[in-house]
Amino acid sequence: MDETVAEYIRRTILRIPRDEIKTMLHKWGFLSEMQLQNINFHQIKENISQDVVQLCEENSADIKQAAVLDIIYNHIYPNKRVWSVYQMNKTGEETDFFDLKDFKKKFKRLLRSALKNVTINFREYEDNAIWIRIAWGTPYTKPNQYKTSYVVYHSQTPYVFISASVLKSNLPLLCQALLVASNYSDIREMELRSHSLNSLKDIVFKRYSQNFQTYYPTPLQERNVTPESADIRIIQENKNERERIQRVNREVFGDGPQPKLEFAQYKLETMFKSDPKMDVLDKREPFRCLVKFSSPHLLESLKYLAPAGMADAPLSPLLTCIPRKARNYFRIREKKGFFPGSFVSP
Amino acid sequence: HIATSLPLPSERDHLRPRIDLIAFMIDIKSKYSLRNVEASLAHVDASFFLGKVCFLVTGVGRMNYCSVEMNAIWKLRDVYCSPVLFCELELEGVRVATAQRLLRMLQICAGHIPGVSALFFSTLMRNSADD
Repeated sequence: MDETVAEYIRRTILRIPRDEIKTMLHKWGFLSEMQLQNINFHQIKENISQDVVQLCEENSADIKQAAVLDIIYNHIYPNKRVWSVYQMNKTGEETDFFDLKDFKKKFKRLLRSALKNVTINFREYEDNAIWIRIAWGTPYTKPNQYKTSYVVYHSQTPYVFISASVLKSNLPLLCQALLVASNYSDIREMELRSHSLNSLKDIVFKRYSQNFQTYYPTPLQERNVTPESADIRIIQENKNERERIQRVNREVFGDGPQPKLEFAQYKLETMFKSDPKMDVLDKREPFRCLVKFSSPHLLESLKYLAPAGMADAPLSPLLTCIPRKARNYFRIREKKGFFPGSFVSP
Repeated sequence: HIATSLPLPSERDHLRPRIDLIAFMIDIKSKYSLRNVEASLAHVDASFFLGKVCFLVTGVGRMNYCSVEMNAIWKLRDVYCSPVLFCELELEGVRVATAQRLLRMLQICAGHIPGVSALFFSTLMRNSADD
């Protein structure tokens, strides 16, 4: 077995939390039941990984099997990577019947014709998701297994989720391979990025709880504002206002959990509006400014801003339109009227 | 009685007892709360500022998340002649101690402590706080 393969498998095992190693090796299926039973999973990880590498040596593992283990790891822990969303477009109306074998063949062929040194692996999952792992090399060097890009393509949709590595220069080639293999005509990057792959899927597939326009003559009785304290000595003077905020919030955010995003970024290219006497800028040039909101769970924290008394309800549509518009990176240019619809897509 | 801002809703006027002490809470992490308090102060009758108003600044345990400048707080204290208390709501000990202080002030403002008026007490607090 190749030294580099052994080292790669060893490092991959070390990334897995100790309690999960056994399950993951099962999923991998490369080592036999008997071999797995011989491993002591209670020792320290360094020793477990050595044992696994030893067994892989016996089975003569090659890079393909090692890559499959890496895919399994990334499928279970996708949140370690940053994912971008791409949308593909077809010019014709024909809905081609999706042929997985054909897709894989065309994809590999295009990549390999442009770049000799590249490792490509596929793995299909139940929800029509095709996971593609690509390790990039150069015309003169072997593929670097530690610098991989991941692509998740749901064949019944025009959406592709890409976690590119540092090698951004390979992105155009990757996009081209996807287009050719999937029979689409063009691909564009959506301004939507997050660590949480499932949340990105929730947003583009509209699987999160959305607000519906409902008009109730009287407020619903079943859902009460949870009383902050049952102590009858505390009297809330602004109960009506609190209920209004809850209602508005529910209309905007819906009832269920929000998709998990870490950032919202607003690039302002607007004119600086100041007192003419202040004369900050001599030139009439747009004032460039970047506003970035970050949070472990941005949308949930926005949802609680108004009830927590930290902002007025309803919130700015710039913030609340994020899941609906499926974007968290915005560019705001000078416009007469200031509405989300006037955002210019890059 | 807890309110998010002043003026208080008029529909509950008949249910409200006499107000002896108004404590304005400012979250030092939120400029929004400072603006809210400044706007609400305009709705307070002048007679309250003779010792029946105090400012309670919360969130002081996390000074690196400070959004409100101390100058703004001192300005409020000087303009409205009212004492400022600091506390951190997340620490139980501090929370309880602050509640006890407020309760004591309330007793004075309600006239339950003979010999000490609200005005006298607030002057006392202001003079001792001046360094």
